[in-house]
Amino acid sequence: MSQVDSPTHRGPFRKVFHPYHPMSQPTSSRSEPRSRSHAPQFMKGNEAVVHGALLAGCRCFFGYPITPASEIAHTAAELFPEVGGVFLQAESEIAAIQMVYGASSAGVRCMTASSSPGISLKQEGISYAAGSELPMVIVDITRGGPGLGNIAPEQSDYFQMVKGGGHGNYRLPVLAPASAQEMCDFTVDAFTLADRYRTPVVVLADGLIGQMKEPVSLPDAVREIPDKPWSVRGDGATRENLICSIFLDPPVLEDHVRHLHDKEMEIEAKETRWELEGHPDPELVLVSYGVVSRIVRGALDEALAKGMRVAALRPQTLWPFPTAALAHATRDAKAVLCVELSTGQMVEDVRLGVGGAIPVHFLGRCGGVLPTVTEIGEEMESVLAQAEVLS
Amino acid sequence: MKEFHRPEALYSTFPRKGGADPEATHYCPGCGHGIIHKLLGEVIDELGVGERTVLISPVGCSVFAYYYFNAGNIQAAHGRAPAVATGVKRARPDSIVISYQGDGDLAAIGGNNILQAANRGENMTVVFVNNAIYGMTGGQLAPTSPLGMKTTTTPEGREFEEYGSPMRVAELLAPLDGVSLSSRHALINAGEIIKTKKALKKAIKYQMEGKGFSLVEILSQCPTGWKVDPVESLHWVEEHMLKVFPLGTYKDEPRQRPTPPHPADYEPALIDRVIHAGTSANGRGKAHEPVRPVTLPLGIRAAGFGGQGILLLGEMLAKAGLAEGLSVTWLPSYGPEMRGGTANCSVVISDTPVGNPIVDQPNLLLALNRPSLERFEPMMQPGGVVIYDSSLIDVGPTRSDLTAIAIPATKIADELGTAKVANVVMLGACMELLAFPSQSERDPLLQSISRDEKMLEANRLALKGGMEAARAAAAPAR
Ligand SMILES: Cc1ncc(C[n+]2csc(CCOP(=O)(O)OP(=O)(O)O)c2C)c(N)n1
Ligand code: SF4
Repeated sequence: MSQVDSPTHRGPFRKVFHPYHPMSQPTSSRSEPRSRSHAPQFMKGNEAVVHGALLAGCRCFFGYPITPASEIAHTAAELFPEVGGVFLQAESEIAAIQMVYGASSAGVRCMTASSSPGISLKQEGISYAAGSELPMVIVDITRGGPGLGNIAPEQSDYFQMVKGGGHGNYRLPVLAPASAQEMCDFTVDAFTLADRYRTPVVVLADGLIGQMKEPVSLPDAVREIPDKPWSVRGDGATRENLICSIFLDPPVLEDHVRHLHDKEMEIEAKETRWELEGHPDPELVLVSYGVVSRIVRGALDEALAKGMRVAALRPQTLWPFPTAALAHATRDAKAVLCVELSTGQMVEDVRLGVGGAIPVHFLGRCGGVLPTVTEIGEEMESVLAQAEVLS
Repeated sequence: MKEFHRPEALYSTFPRKGGADPEATHYCPGCGHGIIHKLLGEVIDELGVGERTVLISPVGCSVFAYYYFNAGNIQAAHGRAPAVATGVKRARPDSIVISYQGDGDLAAIGGNNILQAANRGENMTVVFVNNAIYGMTGGQLAPTSPLGMKTTTTPEGREFEEYGSPMRVAELLAPLDGVSLSSRHALINAGEIIKTKKALKKAIKYQMEGKGFSLVEILSQCPTGWKVDPVESLHWVEEHMLKVFPLGTYKDEPRQRPTPPHPADYEPALIDRVIHAGTSANGRGKAHEPVRPVTLPLGIRAAGFGGQGILLLGEMLAKAGLAEGLSVTWLPSYGPEMRGGTANCSVVISDTPVGNPIVDQPNLLLALNRPSLERFEPMMQPGGVVIYDSSLIDVGPTRSDLTAIAIPATKIADELGTAKVANVVMLGACMELLAFPSQSERDPLLQSISRDEKMLEANRLALKGGMEAARAAAAPAR
C-alpha cells in the first residue's frame, strides 16, 4: 500500500458475532491439489519441511540453531546450495527473520524455522512482515516452556502463534501438520497461501512431529512462482516500489489495517481446514491437533470398537479455526473434550466455537509428558458419565 | 560551499511525505542528514547504479529516507537494517544495497547486527550517520555521546562510570577480516564534504566490484538535539566530536568476494533432479505374501545403551516394513527420555495407516541391555515377543505370557570382528521372525546403512548370523 493513497475514511470497524447455526453445514475443508508420483522416502518431519520448501520454490533459508528444530537447518544447509539457493546461519533469530524480511522484499520465496524461544525473538520481525505484507514461511517446532523449558514436545506456542505474538492488528494463517507427510504438504501449501494473500504463514508443529520418521511422498517442484510486481528487486521495473510498515497519518494507518483485516476475512472464508473422523452422530467430540491428534486417533479407534458414539475433530488450520465445523460436529453432542500439550490454549477457541451450548472438558499434559491412549480413554468415559448425570 | 544540483537518484518533489510543502524535507534546518542524502544521491548518479540501488531506511530521523531516494526502498525495524540488507543482497546479488543508519540504530540496538554483517563481509555499503544523540525521540543519550554531554536521559552529563566512553565504530569494525573499507568523515567544511563523497563513492564501487563490506561513518550535525543553531552546530562538531572521533581511514583493504549464487533464478527441473534422486517413479512392486508369527500392527520398542545403534536398528525395521508395502513410523527417544546414555525408539508397522506413533504397550521388544529389559518388560502386551541380547543379559524376561528369544548378538558381532554390528544381528533375528522383507530388499537396506564395501560385508554376515541364531532359538519354543 502506497503512502500516497488518500485515506478513504471508511469509518469504524463494526462486527456482530452471530451464534453459529448448528445445522448449517460448514463449507468444506479446502486443500491444495497434490500430485504424488514418486515412491515414498523415509524421513523426519523436520527433513520433510525442507523438501517441501524446496519443491515449493523456496530459494532462501535463514535460521539459527535450536533443538528440536535443528534438522531443518541441517537439511537446508545441505540442500539449498545444491540447487542454487541460499542457506545462511544468522547471528540470532532476531536477525534471521529480518534476513527473510529482506529476501521476501526482494521478491523470492524464503523461510525461517525455529523452536519456541527462538520464535519469541522472531516476533519483532514477524510483526513488521505482517505490516509490510511480506510473504514468507515461519516454521515453529514447539518445545517445552516457559523460558528455556526443555526440548521435549509441547503445544504451548498456540497463543504466541495463533493469537498474534508480535504487536499490532494482524493474524497469520497457521497450519498444523500431524505427520511427516503433512510437514511436507503443509509447507508447500504455506508458500502458496503466503503468495496468494501476501502474508507470512506459520507452520506450527511440535518436537515429536519434527523428530518422527515416516514415509513421505514428495510432489514435483512447482513450475511457476507467482510474479511479485510489488517487490524491490534492484532493477528498473521495481525502482518505484516501497516496502514499509509505517503509516504516520491515523486515517491512513486505519485504512491499511482495514486492508489487512479484509484479507483476514477472505482467508477465514476460503482457507479453513480440518478433518473429522469417527461416529457420524457423536455424543462426545474430541478436539486436538498435531501430535496429540495421533494419540487421540488411537483412543478414538478403541472407543468406536467399544460402540461409543465419539468423533474427533482435528483443526488443520488453527487460524482460521474451524469454528463452524466444530459447531456442526457438536450439534447433537453432550460434551466436548479438548486434548492438548498445554495447560489449555486452543481450548479457548473450542469454547468460543461451542458457544456455551455444552460443557467443554480439557485434558492437558506438558513439559514433554504425553497423554496415553488409556488416559484419554478413561477421560472420555468420565466426561460421558458426567454428561449422563447432567441430562 | 559548492551549489549542489539535485541528483536523479533523489526525487525532485516528495509526494510520499505529503503535507503543505512537497519540496521541503522533513529534516530540521542545518541537519546533516540532508547533506548526506545529497552526497549519496550524487554518487549513485555518478556510478550509474540508480536502477540497481536498494536503500534500507532505518528507525531514527532518517526513517523517511525513502521519501527522498529515487531507488527501490525498504524500511527496516530499529537496528535491523544490516540483517534486512543481508537478505536483499543474498537474494539479489546484482542489486546495490545501502544500509543507512543512525548511531542509536547501528551502535546501540543493532550492535550485533552490524558487527556480524561486517564480520561476514557482506558485500554491502553502510552509511553510518553519527550525530552523538538520538534525534528522533528527543535528544537522549547515544553510545556515541561524548563524555559530559547533557542529554534528556543524562541531565547531568554523560559519565564514564555510568555509561563508559563514546563508542568508536569505524575503529571497532576495521580490524574485522570481513571489512574492506572503514573510514570516518565530517561535514564541517567543503574539503571534508568532498572527502566524504569520495569515501561513499569508493564504498559503492567496492560493492559493484564484489569487494565486500564498507562502512562510511559521517559525523553529522543535529542542531535540534544539541540545542544550538545550524551555524554553531558546525563548531560543535569541531569542538566536541573531532577529539573523540578522529577523522581518517581505518582500513582500506578491498577483498574480492566469491561469485554468489543467484537464487532468484529458479530451475524446477534441477530441484526435481536433486530431491527425487534415488526414488523411482510410481513406487515399487510388492514382492510376496509374508508369513508373520506376530500379528499386525506391530508396536516395537528397541532399547539399549547409547552407541549400540538402537535408533538405526529401529529405523531399519521401519524401512523393512516400508519395503514390504506397510505403513510405518519411527520415533526416537527424545526429550526427557533421553537421559543417562540410554537410547530407545518406537516403531509401528501396520497394514492400515498408523495413528498413534507412540508405543506404550509394545508387542515386540528388542532389548540390548538389562535396564532396557527391566524397563519395558512390564509394559509389554500379553503374548508379546522379547528378543534380547543374551551375551549382555544373563536372565531373560520373567513374565510367562511372553515369548523370549535369546540372541547372543554382541558375541556374534565380536566373532565378526566388530561389536558395532550387534544391532544388525538383532535386525537379522527380527527379519527371520517377521519373515520380511524379501531377500531382494535386504541388501538395499544394508546399503542404506553403509556403502563402504568392508562395512557392507560385515553387515551382511551380521544379518545372516542373526537370522540363523533366531531360527535356532525359536525352533524349540514353537
Ligand atoms: C524497538 C524500538 N525501540 C525504540 C524505538 C524508538 N526510537 C525511534 S528512533 C530512536 C533513536 C534513533 O536514534 P539514531 O539512530 O541516533 O537516529 P537519529 O534520530 O539521531 O537520526 C528510537 C529509540 C523504536 N522505534 N523501536
Ligand atoms: S533532530 Fe537532529 S538528526 Fe533529527 S532531523 Fe533534526 S537535526 Fe536532524
